[in-house]
Amino acid sequence: MSTGTEQLVESELDTQEAHAHHGPAKGISRWFLTTNHKDIGSMYLWFSLVMFMTGGCMALLIRAELFQPGLQFLEPAFFNQMTTMHGLIMVFGAVMPAFVGLANWMIPMMIGAPDMALPRLNNWSFWILPFAFSIMLMTLFMEGGGPNFGWTFYAPLSTTFAPPSVTYFIFAVHMMGISSIMGAINVIVTILNMRPPGMIMMKLPLFVWTWLITAFLLILVMPVLAGVVTMMLMDIHFGTSFFNAAGGGDPVLFQHIFWFFGHPEVYIMILPAFGIVSEIIPTFARKKLFGYSSMVYATSSIAFLSFIVWAHHMFTVGIPLMGELFFMFATMLIAVPTGVKVFNWVATMFRGSMTFETPMLFAIAFVVLFSIGGFSGLMLAIAPADFQYHDTYFVVAHFHYVLVPGSIFSIMAGVYYWLPKWTGNYYDEKMGRLHFWLSFVGINITFFPMHFVGLAGMPRRVPDYALQFADFNAVSSVGAFLFGFSQLLFIYNVVCCIRKRNQATDRVWEGAHGLEWSVPSPAPYHTFTKPPKVD
Amino acid sequence: MNLILSAKNLSRICSYATVSVLFFTVPTVYADWQLNMREGVTEISRAIYDLHMVIFWICVAIAIIVFGVMLYSVIYHRKSRGAKAHNFHENLYVEIAWTVIPMVILIGMAVPATGTLIKMYDARESDLDIQVTGYQWKWRYQYLESGVDFFSSLTTPQEQIVGDAEKTENYLLEVDNPMVIPVGLKVRFLITANDVIHSWWVPDFAVKKDAIPGFINESWTIVEEPGIYRGQCAELCGKDHGFMPIVVEVKSKADFDIWVSEQLLAQAEKAKSAEKRWNLDELMVLGEEVYTKSCAACHQASGEGIPGVFPALKGSLIVQGDPAAHINLVLNGKPGTAMQAFIDQLSATELAAVITYERNAWGDSLGDIISPSQIAKMKQ
Repeated sequence: MSTGTEQLVESELDTQEAHAHHGPAKGISRWFLTTNHKDIGSMYLWFSLVMFMTGGCMALLIRAELFQPGLQFLEPAFFNQMTTMHGLIMVFGAVMPAFVGLANWMIPMMIGAPDMALPRLNNWSFWILPFAFSIMLMTLFMEGGGPNFGWTFYAPLSTTFAPPSVTYFIFAVHMMGISSIMGAINVIVTILNMRPPGMIMMKLPLFVWTWLITAFLLILVMPVLAGVVTMMLMDIHFGTSFFNAAGGGDPVLFQHIFWFFGHPEVYIMILPAFGIVSEIIPTFARKKLFGYSSMVYATSSIAFLSFIVWAHHMFTVGIPLMGELFFMFATMLIAVPTGVKVFNWVATMFRGSMTFETPMLFAIAFVVLFSIGGFSGLMLAIAPADFQYHDTYFVVAHFHYVLVPGSIFSIMAGVYYWLPKWTGNYYDEKMGRLHFWLSFVGINITFFPMHFVGLAGMPRRVPDYALQFADFNAVSSVGAFLFGFSQLLFIYNVVCCIRKRNQATDRVWEGAHGLEWSVPSPAPYHTFTKPPKVD
Repeated sequence: MNLILSAKNLSRICSYATVSVLFFTVPTVYADWQLNMREGVTEISRAIYDLHMVIFWICVAIAIIVFGVMLYSVIYHRKSRGAKAHNFHENLYVEIAWTVIPMVILIGMAVPATGTLIKMYDARESDLDIQVTGYQWKWRYQYLESGVDFFSSLTTPQEQIVGDAEKTENYLLEVDNPMVIPVGLKVRFLITANDVIHSWWVPDFAVKKDAIPGFINESWTIVEEPGIYRGQCAELCGKDHGFMPIVVEVKSKADFDIWVSEQLLAQAEKAKSAEKRWNLDELMVLGEEVYTKSCAACHQASGEGIPGVFPALKGSLIVQGDPAAHINLVLNGKPGTAMQAFIDQLSATELAAVITYERNAWGDSLGDIISPSQIAKMKQ
C-alpha cells in the first residue's frame, strides 16, 4: 500500500516494448492454450458473468413464482431445483470465479510479478470450470430433474431420497473443488515467492493479503467438501451408511462436515471483498487506510474464527447445551474483528477528500449494506433467538445482504475500478452511476422486506406461502426484477468500455497508489518482466 | 452480577421502547405487513422476543453511530466542498477502544442469552409426552401416556393452491387432525422423523426442533392461553416441504381429557369397521379419498407418478400382479425409498380401500376386492 512501492525502473518500460511482438497468440487457441494471467483472469471474469446471469435468471423465476401466493409458474419439484441451482451457481460459479479472476489479473500486477507462479496449472484450473458447470446444468434435463435438495444438500434428502442426477452433481462438485484448490495453491505460491525485493509481507496491498488468507481457507476446506460428497457417493452407490441412520450412520454428521467446509466457505466469499474495498476507499478518500496492520490482523482473526463456529448453522439440530453455548460465544466473537474492519473504513473516509465515482459508490454501499448483514448475523448468533430465526426468510435476508451488496457489489466495484487499467479506456461514468443507483434501490427493495416476512414466520425454500406474507413478497419480487434487469446496463457499459476509445491515463484515478497503476493503460500483455524497485 | 442486572434492565427498557414505537406494534397476529417477530404465548417465547428486541436495538444504536459518522464524512469531507485529506492513521487508543467496547456489549448480550438457553434445554418433569414424527409430507402425533395416535396433514384443497378457487383465511396453515394439548401443563415433545430431516416449528411457542431420522430430539412448552396456533415445517424435506403445516389446539385440562377419551373411542371404532362387509363401490369411494390424501402427492391423482422420481401406478406390474405383493408394498413400504410403510398410518379399512382403488382405477379394472378383514388380520 505504501506510496514508495510503485517505483517502476526505466528499463522495465524498454523491456515491455522489446517484448511487444510477444503478444497473445491469434485466434481461438489463444484462449484454450493461454498461460497469461491477464487472459486467464479475463476468462474467469467472463465465465463468472455468464454464471451470474444464469443464476440470476433462476432467481427471477423463483421471485416470479413467489410474487403471489398459490402456484403459478413452477411445479414444487422444479422450484426446489431452481433454489438449489441458484445457490450452487451463485456461490461456485459467480462469486468464487469472479474473485479468482480479479486475483489473476491483479495479484501479479500489485506485487510486481511477471505472472502467476504456476501458469499452466492456472490454465487448467480455469478450463475445468466450464465443464464442471456444464455437467451441473445438464442435470436439469435428466430424468428426475437436477439437484433439488438445497445448496446445502443435507443427507438423507440428498442421498437416499435424491434424484438419480445427484451423481453428476457430486462429480461436478469434485471438479469445482479441484479447480479451487489449484487456484488457491497458485495464489499462495505467487504471493510468497514472486514478490520483488523490498516487497515485504507488511507492504502487500490489502487485496493481496485478503486473497492470501482466502487461499489458505480454500486449501483447508475444499478437501472437506470433497470428502463429504465422496461419502454421499459411497452411500448412494456402494452401500455404505455414513449418513443413513438405519445402517448405523448419522444424518447430523453430514451437517457437521458440510458446515466445517461451509462456514469458512462463506468467508472465502467475503474476505477478498474486504480487500477490494480496502483498496478503493483510500483511493477515493485520497487518504491512507486508517489501520493497515489492524486490517491484516482482523482478517486473520476472522479466518481463524471461521473454523470454530460451524455449528451455529445447526442450533436447532439438538446439539447439547454446552456445544450450543460454545458456538454461540464463538460466533458472537466474530463481530469484534468485523467491527474493526468497518470502523477502519469509516475512519479512512473521515476527514478525507472524497469523490464519488462508481467504484466508490459501490464501496460505500458495500460498507453500509454489509454492516446491515453483519447486524442480522449478530442477531442470528444469539442461539435462543435463532430458534425463531432459523430456516426462515430472516436468514435469507441476512445472507443475501452479505453476499449481494457484499460480495457482488465489491466485485462490481473492483471491475469498475480496474476496468480502465485492463482496457485502457474509461467506462461511461454516468451509466456506471445509474447502474449503481438502480442496483442499490433494487437490492434493498428485494431483500429488506425478507427480514419482515422471516420474522413474521415464513420458512425458507417454500414455493407457496400463507396469505399474510403476500404483500412483502410482492414487493421483493418487484425489487428483484429491477435489480436483475439493471445488470444489463453493467454488461453494456463493460462492452462499450472495451470497444469505444476513451483513453485512460496510466494512473487512472487521481488518488490511486500501488504498482498496478505504474504500468501503462491498457496494461501490456506482459508486465514486470523485470522486478520493479520497491523501497 | 452487575452485568446481569444491567442486561436485564436494558431488556426491560427496550421492551417498553418497543411498545412505544408504533412501527413495531402489531394489531392482529395475522395482519399483513407484519414487521416483527411474534411475542408468542409462552414464557420462553417472550424471553426470546425480549432478547431479539434488545439485540435489535443494540444494532440500531451501533448503526446510527457508524452510519452517522459515515454520512457526516460523505457530506462534509468531499472534495467538491474543498475538503483536504488529513493523512492521520493508526491510533492505538482508538483501536483498543473499538475492540474493547464491542467486547463488553457482546458479554452483556451473552449473559441473558445463556440464561434463556439453559431454561429452554430443561425438559425435565413433563406432564405429558408427545412423540412427533415427520413424514414426507405430514406429521404423526403419538401421545405416549394415553396411546392416542394419529397423522396430521394439509387440508387446503388443490384448487385453492393452483388458483381455481378463492384462497381462504388459513390457506396452507390448516390440517385435518390438529395436535391437541392442555393449557398450563408442561408438554414435552419427542421429535424424530421417518424419512428425511424435517423441523417442527410453532412460532407462538418458540419451539423449533429438527426431526431427524434415527434421533429423538427433545423440546417442551407450557402454553398459557387456550387457542389455535399454527406453524410449518422449517427444514427442506423434498417436493411438498411447503405443504406440511402444523396446527396445535390448546384446550383446558377438562376439555383435553374429554378429547382424549373421544379419540380412544374413535380409534376403537375405526378398528372395528374392518369387521363389516364392504362392496366394491363402497371401497372405491373411500379408496379415492384415501388415495388423494396419502398417495397422490407422489404418484399423482392420475396414477402416472413423476418420471424418474416417483413411479407410475397406472399400468404398473405390482398393481396389476399378485395382490399379496401389492398389499405387502403398501403396508410395509420399500426401505431406502420415499415409499413409506402405511401399516400404522391407515386403518385396515382404509388400507383395503386404497389398494382396491389402485387396482381398479385408471381404466385397468381388475375387479378384485381386497377385504378389510383380510388386512386387519395382517395388521395384528
